[in-house]
Amino acid sequence: MAPEFVTIRSVEQELEHTFTLVMDAPGGRFEFAPGQFTMLYAYGVGEVPISISGDPAVTEELVLTIRRMGAVTNALTVLEPGDSVGVRGPYGEPWPVAAARGKDLVVVAGGIGLAPLRPVLYRVLADRDAYERVILLYGARSPNELLFLDEISRWRGRLDMTVMVTVDYGDPGWHGSVGVVTKLINRAPFDPDNAVAFVCGPEIMMRFTKAALESRALPEESIYISMERNMKCGIGLCGHCQFGPYFVCYQGPIFSCGTMDDLCWVKEV
Amino acid sequence: MSAVFELLGDHPFFYGMSEEHLQVVVDCASPVDFEQGETIFHEGRAADACFLILEGDIALEIDPPGKGKHVIQTLHNGDILGWSWLFPPYRWTFDAQALSETRAIRFDASALRAAKEADPAFGYDLLTRFTEVLVRRMQAARLQLMDVYAADR
Repeated sequence: MAPEFVTIRSVEQELEHTFTLVMDAPGGRFEFAPGQFTMLYAYGVGEVPISISGDPAVTEELVLTIRRMGAVTNALTVLEPGDSVGVRGPYGEPWPVAAARGKDLVVVAGGIGLAPLRPVLYRVLADRDAYERVILLYGARSPNELLFLDEISRWRGRLDMTVMVTVDYGDPGWHGSVGVVTKLINRAPFDPDNAVAFVCGPEIMMRFTKAALESRALPEESIYISMERNMKCGIGLCGHCQFGPYFVCYQGPIFSCGTMDDLCWVKEV
Repeated sequence: MSAVFELLGDHPFFYGMSEEHLQVVVDCASPVDFEQGETIFHEGRAADACFLILEGDIALEIDPPGKGKHVIQTLHNGDILGWSWLFPPYRWTFDAQALSETRAIRFDASALRAAKEADPAFGYDLLTRFTEVLVRRMQAARLQLMDVYAADR
């Protein structure tokens, strides 16, 4: 339960309220599976769960992308290289990347939801031949809120990957797609009889995305989402993250929609 | 059976339409091409057609004075463009511009309206299909309005 303190190597300002911390790996070597998270401790302020956004193949550093939301994340924004943070983890059930082998993989990300999905793409692209079509559908509020633009541009340049990006609100300099990310699903080139979808973003976006994927005849057992609830302990003790009968921290955050049993539609859960 | 008949019969928007009704649609149809940057229709002008986009990207825009054009939505391969032709005053609500070279099927609005008045069964079938498109676009618009990424700011 005690955090291990590590040193910040670099801080990358991604967007106005979003930044990436690259830090030494706890214990010198940090292994994780895509979709897992850490509990990040800011001295004297508190702990927050943060999804790991780095490459699982790079074990000598830990990469976390953080959105500034409250007291703890605000405290993390003033960190500089050389400062220390406390880290616990990795925790949680990861994206079932192995289940996508031999199938089309549809990755649907909304806003900062691309951060916990980036490790999936790193892993899949490092073993590209194991998958059929690899498709990234990414939506954000506006062009200046698109995360990891450099990488998205690189991925778009690949001939073995489909990348479709849209924004809810365009601006005069934007010449791309305007509309919600769910609208990309109709055009996404995947075979619903042999596909798996990983979805991460605001919960409302995930609900609409699930419906759009199902309208393409993708069964709910093949749709995985990343749930978010208040997490305190991260190890299934405090109960703050309960989602119906499930603990998001250790039975999630990744859930199959087939497992969820329509919990998404139950108010106050 | 013409190439347009086969193309429309295979398109999801017209799935299940009877051959008789599909022929009515085909009789109102003609292929069109738009160059990148070409204006397809202007806000306020007569809504004399609707389009099935075969290949390309279209921007629906509004042009408030002094603020420059604002793209409210883009449409792409397989999308239906235009429903202002369905109800009076049959005027376009927005501008539409081709963002890329675009191939489409244009359906003459006057002919479609006459056909659906003459054959209520055809009219019902056609309106049911357009209603489904309208419902999806409205749901998408509501999702946009919810500004679900606002917490990201």
